[in-house]
Amino acid sequence: MAEVNIKNYNLNFGPQHPAAHGVLRMVMELDGEVIERVDPHIGLLHRGTEKLIEQKQYLQATPYFDRLDYVAPMNQEHAFVMAIEKLMGLEVPERGQYIRVLFSEIGRVLNHILNLTTHGMDVGAMTPILWGFEEREILMGFYEAVCGARMHANYFRPGGVHQDMPAGLDEKIMNWTETFIPTLEDMETLLIDNRIFKQRNVDIGVFGQDEALEWGMSGPMLRSTGIAWDLRKSQPYDVYAKMDFKVAVGKHGDCYDRFMLRLAEVRESLKIIRQCINDMKAGPVASIDRKVTPPPRAEMKRSMEALIHHFKLYTEGFKVPEGEVYAAVEAPKGEFGVYLVSDGSNRPYRCKIKAPGFVHLSAMDHLCRGHMLADAPAVLGAMDIVFGEVDR
Amino acid sequence: MKMKTLLQVFKSFFLLEFLKALWLATKYFFRPKHTINYPFEKGPLSPRFRGEHALRRYPNGEERCIACKLCEAICPAQAITIEAEPRDDGSRRTTRYDIDMIKCIYCGYCQEACPVDAIVEGPNFEYAAETREELYYDKTKLLENGDRWEREIAANLAADAPYR
Repeated sequence: MAEVNIKNYNLNFGPQHPAAHGVLRMVMELDGEVIERVDPHIGLLHRGTEKLIEQKQYLQATPYFDRLDYVAPMNQEHAFVMAIEKLMGLEVPERGQYIRVLFSEIGRVLNHILNLTTHGMDVGAMTPILWGFEEREILMGFYEAVCGARMHANYFRPGGVHQDMPAGLDEKIMNWTETFIPTLEDMETLLIDNRIFKQRNVDIGVFGQDEALEWGMSGPMLRSTGIAWDLRKSQPYDVYAKMDFKVAVGKHGDCYDRFMLRLAEVRESLKIIRQCINDMKAGPVASIDRKVTPPPRAEMKRSMEALIHHFKLYTEGFKVPEGEVYAAVEAPKGEFGVYLVSDGSNRPYRCKIKAPGFVHLSAMDHLCRGHMLADAPAVLGAMDIVFGEVDR
Repeated sequence: MKMKTLLQVFKSFFLLEFLKALWLATKYFFRPKHTINYPFEKGPLSPRFRGEHALRRYPNGEERCIACKLCEAICPAQAITIEAEPRDDGSRRTTRYDIDMIKCIYCGYCQEACPVDAIVEGPNFEYAAETREELYYDKTKLLENGDRWEREIAANLAADAPYR
């Protein structure tokens, strides 16, 4: 029989593929079932956030950060308010810092529950997501109790947080850290020993430390290769310096390691949550600089000066001194940074957002080459991509 | 070492991890369900919940809004449009108060900015409509909402008062 040359096959993965985690379109070149090349096409969820922020006062821009990585909204706000505080030299009261750390960690658990369970679902395990989402529902209840919205919180403000936590919420969160552990263990029982799950993840999407650094990775992606780099440890912000927790690292840098690493991180987060609640003392939750934070309601109704501050703040906003600053937090997905340039007016001159997902997705081609088509969802799932922040 | 390998073979041959997971799933199957029977049962809401907007009145029936336009100024989505004129009795009131509920991002800045607690985001979240036009709220609709939800809104504001 004569030899036939078989042409490579081009395949569209997404933008409506359930395993594409949103609106990702990947053009894949396949040789049979082996991936030769992956070309991620992004931008289907582009909303021009950075440009929009230039048109808004600082206070008005915080809600945009909820809508970047909508799986862990408060972590994004944290980076933005920290950038403003750095430029203005604002002090955040201790309770405010504790509440911020507490809710950042709740955000991390929210994110990791979603990622662990959907990663399971990408490779065929349907049950963990059903169990995990019950827990997410409880966490979103905490979000709602503290700020009034289940996802788009708009809770962190320059100088602290919007309102104090309602009485009794700390106990509820504390109880949840106890009741969550059995569920977490049950999810582990379903997945970590399962041979199908292992076959789909072990030694898939492997990369080394050098590659991870070259691609500019951060967060669990970087730590899965064994580099213990965590901004909470290396440049502690807010009260993270007082927290006692470990940085989980992986060994092999494959999808299975990333899964196990996130499980370990959830446990560390629970530790931080408990410490926050135990160490938190009563006190103000936001800066008392009335140029930046509004006066309390009762004061605003009584004092003329407070009323003027209230009106000024909600019409003109506050001015941020000229300068530029980069503030980064360890978001659940990696280093989330905000580069803010101020020209001294009440709106940012430029606000560049550094999203970890974008950097990780750019390595998709590198990680998928030579793997089978069915491995692509596993690699993507372990990468933890949310399109809100990739496309911005 | 040998013992370990033997154990491994035993575990994998008898599908132990599958059986464990199956047993666990069976236990979950008989546990009480977490789902609620939605239109008849609803989950709890906190007093801070930010839902559908409403314009409130004072107990004597006078509308609270004094047309200071703080909500219009702070709204990040520019969803609020206000026009104002002095009324016949000389007091300043709005002649037009529109909220585009499609633009609104429910950030809560309007109720935060309002100095007289006139515009609030109430506890109602069931206002889905079939057309866009139904979601362009005008002053009558907002005041109607205020009258309908006043008891809940007042209770929520009272519950949240120590924190505001």
